[in-house]
Amino acid sequence: MDVTGLSLTTITLFLPMVGLAILLFMNGETQKANLKWVAFATSVVTFVASVLMWVNFDPSTAGLQMVQRNTWAEVSLGESVINVSYFVGVDGISMLLVLLTTFIMPISILGSFGSHIFEERGREKLYYIFLMLLEWSMIGVFVVHDLIIFYVFWEVTLVPMYFLIGIWGSEERIYAAVKFFLYTMAGSILMLIAILYVGNRAGTFSTYSAGGDIGVIERVQTWEAEGTYWDALGPEGESEDAGFLFNSVESWLFLGFLVAFAIKVPIFPFHSWLPDAHVQAPTAGSVILAGVLLKMGTYGIVRFNLNLFPEATVAWAPTIAFLGVVGIIYGAWVSYAQDNVKKLVAYSSVSHLGFVVVGIFALNAQGLQGATLQMVNHGISTGGLFLIVGMLYERWHTKEMADYGGIWKVMPLFGGISLVISLSSMGLPGLNGFIGEFTILLGSLGSDYLGFAFTLFATLGVIMAAVYLLKMFQHVFMGELKRPLSGEDGYKLTWSEKAAFIPIIIMIFWMGIQPIVFFNLLDVSVDSIVALFVR
Amino acid sequence: MFESPTIAEFLAGSNLASTLPGTLLLTWTLILVLVDLFAGEDRAHWTPVMACIGLGISFLANLFVYAPAEGEQIALYGMFVADAFTGFLNMVILVATLIAILMSWDYLNRADIHRGEYYILALISSAGAMFMVAANDLIVIFVALELLSIPLYILSAFRSIKNDGSDLALKSEESGMKYFILGAFSSAFLVFGAALVYGATGATNIPQIFSLAGGIVGETSSAAFYLLIGAALLFVGLGFKVAVVPFHMWTPDVYEGAPTPVTAFMSVTAKIGGFAALLRLLVTGLSVLVLAEGGAAVWQSTATVIAILTLVLGNFVAISQRSLKRMLAYSSIAHAGYIMVAVAAAGTANVIDAATQGALIYMMAYMFTNLGAFAVVMAIEREDGSGGNIEDITGLARSRPLMAMAMTIFMLSLTGIPLTAGFVGKFMVFASAIQAGLFGLAVIGVLTSVVSAFYYVRVVVNMYLRDGSAELQPALETQYVRWAINIALAGTMIFGIFYPLATNLVSMVSIA
Repeated sequence: MDVTGLSLTTITLFLPMVGLAILLFMNGETQKANLKWVAFATSVVTFVASVLMWVNFDPSTAGLQMVQRNTWAEVSLGESVINVSYFVGVDGISMLLVLLTTFIMPISILGSFGSHIFEERGREKLYYIFLMLLEWSMIGVFVVHDLIIFYVFWEVTLVPMYFLIGIWGSEERIYAAVKFFLYTMAGSILMLIAILYVGNRAGTFSTYSAGGDIGVIERVQTWEAEGTYWDALGPEGESEDAGFLFNSVESWLFLGFLVAFAIKVPIFPFHSWLPDAHVQAPTAGSVILAGVLLKMGTYGIVRFNLNLFPEATVAWAPTIAFLGVVGIIYGAWVSYAQDNVKKLVAYSSVSHLGFVVVGIFALNAQGLQGATLQMVNHGISTGGLFLIVGMLYERWHTKEMADYGGIWKVMPLFGGISLVISLSSMGLPGLNGFIGEFTILLGSLGSDYLGFAFTLFATLGVIMAAVYLLKMFQHVFMGELKRPLSGEDGYKLTWSEKAAFIPIIIMIFWMGIQPIVFFNLLDVSVDSIVALFVR
Repeated sequence: MFESPTIAEFLAGSNLASTLPGTLLLTWTLILVLVDLFAGEDRAHWTPVMACIGLGISFLANLFVYAPAEGEQIALYGMFVADAFTGFLNMVILVATLIAILMSWDYLNRADIHRGEYYILALISSAGAMFMVAANDLIVIFVALELLSIPLYILSAFRSIKNDGSDLALKSEESGMKYFILGAFSSAFLVFGAALVYGATGATNIPQIFSLAGGIVGETSSAAFYLLIGAALLFVGLGFKVAVVPFHMWTPDVYEGAPTPVTAFMSVTAKIGGFAALLRLLVTGLSVLVLAEGGAAVWQSTATVIAILTLVLGNFVAISQRSLKRMLAYSSIAHAGYIMVAVAAAGTANVIDAATQGALIYMMAYMFTNLGAFAVVMAIEREDGSGGNIEDITGLARSRPLMAMAMTIFMLSLTGIPLTAGFVGKFMVFASAIQAGLFGLAVIGVLTSVVSAFYYVRVVVNMYLRDGSAELQPALETQYVRWAINIALAGTMIFGIFYPLATNLVSMVSIA
């Protein structure tokens, strides 16, 4: 494993920064028209780079690939010196999520091409700069394997998103932006404490072993063999012991990480920032928020909670999975009650991410594979739904469902696309959503840690998804046209809007019909995690 | 009996070379007094230019002190110590003074109180801070503290030299008076504490106190009692200087009333001087005060409580402030709390170095960020002192995009968001707290920084997300305050992004 050379991962990670640098030097009115093209081209090049990574990726080997590791700083803690390293690389799970990120970015930039927000708010350059910064930090979250650098990327995603919501959002944007910032920061800052403890105890901040240095994950396994554990003071009880949940260091560390991730996912009851942020964000912001940012939370759970704290994971699994199920039902229920179409889609995220949580805490191969795939599916279909809502809003300037109706008649192509995306979101067999949800349900049914009831109630969520999504489709697209536009031109989809939908539709069918391609990518990586939980 | 040394022996023992950064600056300042006296009105700009040159000379001299291979140098018969700790903080103080002078130049012109004495006083104060970070003896701590403080009392009241009866002049006078009275009060505590420690141990030299106190601690004698009381009083005296709760009452009024560049300057240098003395005193001198063999120092719990109170009060009260200067005053109290976290962590024997280094990095990060924030506040203030409220920066992103961006980065850095210097400081401080086993303190520390995000983000909200027309003073078309902002911004960004730079600079600091 080449650990010091410039790896493809690094190139992919820093391509958005190249775009950002170019954008910074583009001034003046003449350049203004080119800003979006530079941003779009950068995101496409980044996507190509990530596809190259996929081509180079060997799904049959375990561990990280395309690794690069350089010592970044030395932190002296007491007598020991702990390295903070720039440590990037991908396994199957990271690979898939990097692909998702680079796939969603060009789409959301295309979605902003025809937008009216710049006529009102201006500052187009700043907008694309923030999008580039966001892409850089999101890819960073998925590829770094050093806890400190991970934390840096994790926190940096907050800043551009905060500005995207705050400057280019709708009426209540300031409230939503501040709430988003404070809520997510409050969660993640506790993770910093947990990270510092982990680094201090394990003597390293790298999670994986590389280049002769032992990572945290391997150290945890040695401790388990030795009988010592996270508590530096002595051996610690097993997950079955009484008092483990609230009296063991491991359990508190687990919670320190989990709260940060749970807020991002969001797991019920930490979801209250989400409807505000989603509804107020501009279209590209909503697409990225739903498409990628929420996955950072579930990814974090898989990558850190499961790997670093296996005992605590087992102990907490039923509780968290229960919250996941509550999220499924609650999200679907509240979603059905919405009159605001964007809010409906926002709450549907709570429901869909609930499935992912249940899948993760099933702690078996099917559950984890399904969960990872569902992260991607949700990114694609909910991203698509937010694009649809954004395009409706551009034309009719309302988010109330009661104001719509009969749109299929005047926009047949748009109606058809919307139908496909809605069906994908509700999990129709043959489309991508079905694969993820079905695998998760299969996993939860076969889980050693979750009971039958989890599967039962989660399945209810699938039915409820059909209810609220069909309600939305019916209200918006069917029936009589309530508000005709003044000119016929308004009904046409622009080329950029069509172009944004094409890759989404392709992926919906591809992942639905040939999921084996994506399962192959995950197989080995998931197995290495699941091995921790085999009973 | 005592033999008086020959001059050659005196010079050899005093090791004057290692005191050069401070003494050169002081000598230069004394020359500057004469220059300022004889330079005419039309050469008024000579004084600030020469002040900057003096800072440069001192900075160069300091590079030799800071040279890591030398190890620590004792000078002036043990009264003065020049080590990496001194060298690093000297650099921070010098940069802070430079930024403050750049800010003052514009401010004094705008307020029409351009007097050369201002810069001279600032340099004396800065030299006092430099002696304070090198102080190895209770007497030197006291003398240096006075050298640091007395010019600051005058500077706080500087606006009132143009006695036009305006609100600003009155407030400035009040600020100076208040600061003077409370400063004198705190000095009294310090001196009394020093006297008691001397009575208990028979020494004023800090390393000697360390070796002598070791013998006293075990006994139940009156000496041990006086040592504890003395240490507590020293803590109180320095606590006033660094403005930690409950010794913070003077801060908001003094900071608000003083001319803005003075506020910026004293919020940084006085804190650095105070914390440096506190660290030397507690770590080098009194780390021997332990309850059980191998346990934490007795002052750790005191420092922990003070840190918690400071963090909570500073951050929560800052929320309700409308005036940016007052908000930054309370936030500076809160930041003293974060440095106090490191002080508390230094009470555990094997964390001393990590905690000291954390405190130093935090002070550097705070210096750049806070001075930058004050510089922006100064740039948008109007001549009559109005315009410093949080509403007044509304829409700054449109009228002055670069300045708004700089302010945003300062606010993010004060919050402790990664890729800014503030994060590196917080990271180091909390890492040492965790290492020392102070989990509760660390958790309270990070939670209060979420609270701080609330009021820092509000500044960003007003600049970017609301529409308005924040206009700058025409007088500020000069370059100096922009330079101040640029230097502060460069420091905040460079040390934030290139994290190892900061850690390497302090890696050989050890005062245990």
